[in-house]
Amino acid sequence: MTAIMEMRGITKTFPGVKALDDVNLTVMPGEIHAICGENGAGKSTLMKVLSGVYPHGSYEGEILFEGQPMAFRGIQDSEDKGIIIIHQELALVPLLSIAENIFLGNEVASGGRIDWPETYKRTTDVLAKVGLREAPNVAVGKLGVGKQQLVEIAKALSKRVKLLILDEPTASLQENDSQTLLDLMLEFKAQGITSIIISHKLNEIRRVADRVTVLRDGHTVSTMDAPISEERIIREMVGRDMDSRFPERSPQIGEVLMEVEGWSVRHPEHAERMVVRDVSFHVRAGEIVGIAGLMGAGRTELAMSVFGQSYGIKTGGTVKMRGTAVDTSSVRRAVTAGLAYVTEDRKGLGLILDDPIMRNTTLSALQKVSTNSVLDSGKERQVAEDYRRALAIRTPGVFQKVMNLSGGNQQKVVLAKWLFTDPQVLILDEPTRGIDVGAKFEIYTIINELAAQGRGVVVISSEMPELLGLCDRIHVMNEGAFVGELGRGEASQERIMSMIVKGKEEHHGRVA
Amino acid sequence: MAASPEAPGLGSYFRNNLREYGILVALVVIMGYFQFATGGVLMRPVNLTNLFLQNSYIIIMALGMLMVIVSGHIDLSVGSVAGFVGGLAAVMLVHWNWPVAVVIPACLIAGFMIGAAQGYWIAYWKIPSFIVTLAGMLVFRGLALWLLEGASVGPFPRSFQALSTGFVPDLFGVGKPNVTALVLGGLTALALVYLSVRARRRQMKYGIEDEPFVIFAVKNALIVFALLFISWLLATYRGLPNVLITMAVLISAYTFLTQSTTLGRRIYAIGGNEKAAKLSGINTERLTFLTFANMGMLAALAGLVFAARLNTATPKAGVGFELDVIAAVFIGGASMAGGAGKIVGAVIGAFIMGVMNNGMSILGIGIDYQQVIKGLVLLAAVIFDVYNKNRQG
Repeated sequence: MTAIMEMRGITKTFPGVKALDDVNLTVMPGEIHAICGENGAGKSTLMKVLSGVYPHGSYEGEILFEGQPMAFRGIQDSEDKGIIIIHQELALVPLLSIAENIFLGNEVASGGRIDWPETYKRTTDVLAKVGLREAPNVAVGKLGVGKQQLVEIAKALSKRVKLLILDEPTASLQENDSQTLLDLMLEFKAQGITSIIISHKLNEIRRVADRVTVLRDGHTVSTMDAPISEERIIREMVGRDMDSRFPERSPQIGEVLMEVEGWSVRHPEHAERMVVRDVSFHVRAGEIVGIAGLMGAGRTELAMSVFGQSYGIKTGGTVKMRGTAVDTSSVRRAVTAGLAYVTEDRKGLGLILDDPIMRNTTLSALQKVSTNSVLDSGKERQVAEDYRRALAIRTPGVFQKVMNLSGGNQQKVVLAKWLFTDPQVLILDEPTRGIDVGAKFEIYTIINELAAQGRGVVVISSEMPELLGLCDRIHVMNEGAFVGELGRGEASQERIMSMIVKGKEEHHGRVA
Repeated sequence: MAASPEAPGLGSYFRNNLREYGILVALVVIMGYFQFATGGVLMRPVNLTNLFLQNSYIIIMALGMLMVIVSGHIDLSVGSVAGFVGGLAAVMLVHWNWPVAVVIPACLIAGFMIGAAQGYWIAYWKIPSFIVTLAGMLVFRGLALWLLEGASVGPFPRSFQALSTGFVPDLFGVGKPNVTALVLGGLTALALVYLSVRARRRQMKYGIEDEPFVIFAVKNALIVFALLFISWLLATYRGLPNVLITMAVLISAYTFLTQSTTLGRRIYAIGGNEKAAKLSGINTERLTFLTFANMGMLAALAGLVFAARLNTATPKAGVGFELDVIAAVFIGGASMAGGAGKIVGAVIGAFIMGVMNNGMSILGIGIDYQQVIKGLVLLAAVIFDVYNKNRQG
C-alpha cells in the first residue's frame, strides 16, 4: 500500500529558530494518524507547512500527496486537493448561519446568485453526517463550542475532504462532546477518510489512532503502530521517563486565609439568570482547593466575580481575608486584598501578546518597579529575569514577545505576573489547558511550591485527574451552585461525576 | 552576560530597528532632496523659522494623538476643537477684553473639558471613539461658526501673538547672531548627551547593551551636530521662536510620560489588550478618559498657537488639521490596532509632512499634486511598516 501523503525532510527556519529539522511524516490511506509532542515541538508548524499556510519555497523538503509532489502557495491550493485543516481556534463567523458558514467562500451559486434551497439541502445532508441536529439557518454564535466544532467538520465534509487534519479538536470540549467527536472520527475512517489528529490527551489518542508520530524539538522521534502505550508516548515526547505525572507533596495546612460566603452572581445580560448561586468556600494557608464541574457550571464566572467583579452582576456575598471583610469590587482592590486570578484564556485575557515577557511580568505591580510613578527600567528587567529563571521560562531573554512563546511558557509568564503581586490566595483557572505533559508537570511543581510558601491556591479544572492529583479538597460545582465537597482521600472521578449528575437531578427536580 | 544572545551585531541591530531609523533616514533624505531642489532655500534661516512656526500646532496635537492612537482609539475632532478654542480666545480677548493671562488658562481648561466630555462617552459608555469624535468634529465646527458669527475676529494684543510669532530675546544683548539661541542649543545638546550616556551606563550596569557602541556614538554626534547647526541657523535670523521652546518642553515631557512612567506604560497596555489590562488591575476607563481630556487640552493649545500666528480667528481655522495630525502619527510608526508607537516617531512624522508641504510650496507644486504626494507618502510609510512586521514573522 502506498502512502496517501508523505512529507520528506521538512526543515523550516524562523529568524533565529529552527522550528522543524528534517521532519518526516508518512500517512497511509484510511488511517487515523496522531501527532504528539510537547508545545513548541513543531506540530503546528508542520501542519501549517502541509496546508500551505507557509507556502512552497519558504521551507526545505518535499510534500507528496497521492504520489504527486505538491507546491502549495496557500490554503486554497491544499484545500483544492482535499487537505483540510481544522484549527484549535475555530474559524467561523458567529453572526452568520450554519449554512452560510459551511459554504463560505464556496457558495452554491450560479453567476454570483446564491441558490438558497440547494444550500440548505446540502447543509442538512452534511449536518446529518456529523450528527448535528440544528436548523441550517441558526447563527453559529448561538451554538456551544462542541457544536461549533461539528460545524467546522461539516464544512470540511462539504469540500470533498481526503485528508482531514484536526488540531487539538477536543481541547475546549466537555467529556461527552469529545466522545461524540472521537466516534465521528472513527466513522469517517470507516468511510475511507484519512485523518491526522494533534492532541495532548493520550487516552483519546489510544482510543482512535492507528499510528502515532512523536515530535520533539523539531525532530521526528519515532512512529509507533497500535497498540499504543501511553507511557511510551510520554517517554518519547519528553525524552525521559516520568515516574509520576504529579510531583510529590506533603501539605502543611495552616489558618484560614480566604473565606467567600453566600456569593451570588447574575448573568450580565439576562437578568433573570443566576450564574452563581449562594456559593461559600474557604482556603487555608498552604492548601490547594479544587473546583470541579462541567463547562458552563459557573466556575470561571464565580472566580472572575470574586476577583474584582470582572464578570456579571454580583447580587450578594462577602469575602474575608484572615477573618476581616475586604472589598473586592474592582480588580485593583482585589489585588490589594491579596488575591490573584490566572485566567483560563491566556491569549485573550491574560497577556499582551505584542509585548515582551518583561512588560507582561510587571504589568500588575508596576508600582514595585517604579518610584513616584517613574519606571526603573533596570530594576524592571531584573525582576523579569528573576522570574524567568525561577519559573524556567525557556527563552533567550525577557525581550522576547510572548506571542512567539509556547503555551507552557506563556502560562509561566502569566503566573510570573501574578506572583510579582505577591498574592496570599491565587485562583488558577484551567492552569494547564493546551499545555503538553512535560510543561504540565512543571506547572504542577510551581503550584505545589506556592502552597508550600504558605499561600492558598484554588484550582479550577475540567481535567479530573489533575484535580485528584493536586488538591487537598475538591468542591464540585454544578449549574451555579456547589453540590458537594470531597477530601483528598475520598475523591475519585466516579464520585465527582456522580455528584454532578445527582446535583443535576436534584436541580431539575426542584424546577419541575 | 556581555555575550548574551541579545547583544546584537551591527547588522542585526539595524535590521531589528529598521523602522525607528528608517523614518529618521527618510526625514533626512527628504530634507536633503528639497534643500537641493530648492537651491538651498529650505534651510535658509528665515524658512527654517517658518517651518517651525507652520508645523508647531500639528506637532503639539500629534503628541496627544499618539497617546489616543496608542490606547487603541482615534480623535477626529481635534481640528474643529482647535478652531473652536481659537475662536473662543478671540471672543474673550477682543469682545470681552479679558487679559491674556486669564484667556490662555481659560482656553486650555475649555479644551480639557471638551476632551473630557468626549472621553466620557468613549471610556465609560464604550461608544466607539470614531463616532463620538466624528460627532465632536461637527459640533465644534458648528460652535466655532456660531461663536464667531461667521466672521473673522482680530487682531490680538501683542502679548498674545507672542505665543506663536514671538522670539526669545537675546539675553546677551548681541542681537545677531543671537547668542541666547546658540547657548540654549548647546545646553540642550549637552543635556541630551548626558542623559543618553547615563542611560547607557545604567543599562550596562544591569548587563544590557542593546545598542552597539558605534551606533551610540554616531547617533549622539549627529544629534549634537543637528542641534548646533539648527540653533546657529536660527541665531542668524531672529533667534529662537517662543513656540519652539513650548514644543521642546512638551516633546520632552510627553516622551518621558510615555516611556518612563507607569501611566504611560498602562496606556500602551490598554492599546495592546484592553481586557488583559483590565484584569491586571488597570483602571482602563479612567486612563482612556484622561487620554482624551489631554488630547482636548493639546488641541486647545494648538488652536491658540494657530490663532496667534494668523493674528485673527476665523471660522475656517483648523479645517483638515485632524488628517495631518493622524497622518503624522501613522507615518511615525504607530499601529492602528493600538499598543505601539512613539512620541519621537510622531514628531518626525509631523516634520516629514511639514518639510514636504514647505518644500513643495517653494517649488511651486500645485496644491493638487501636493495632496496626491502626501497621500502616497502616508500609504508608503504604512506599507513599509506592515512589510517589516511580516518579515520579522
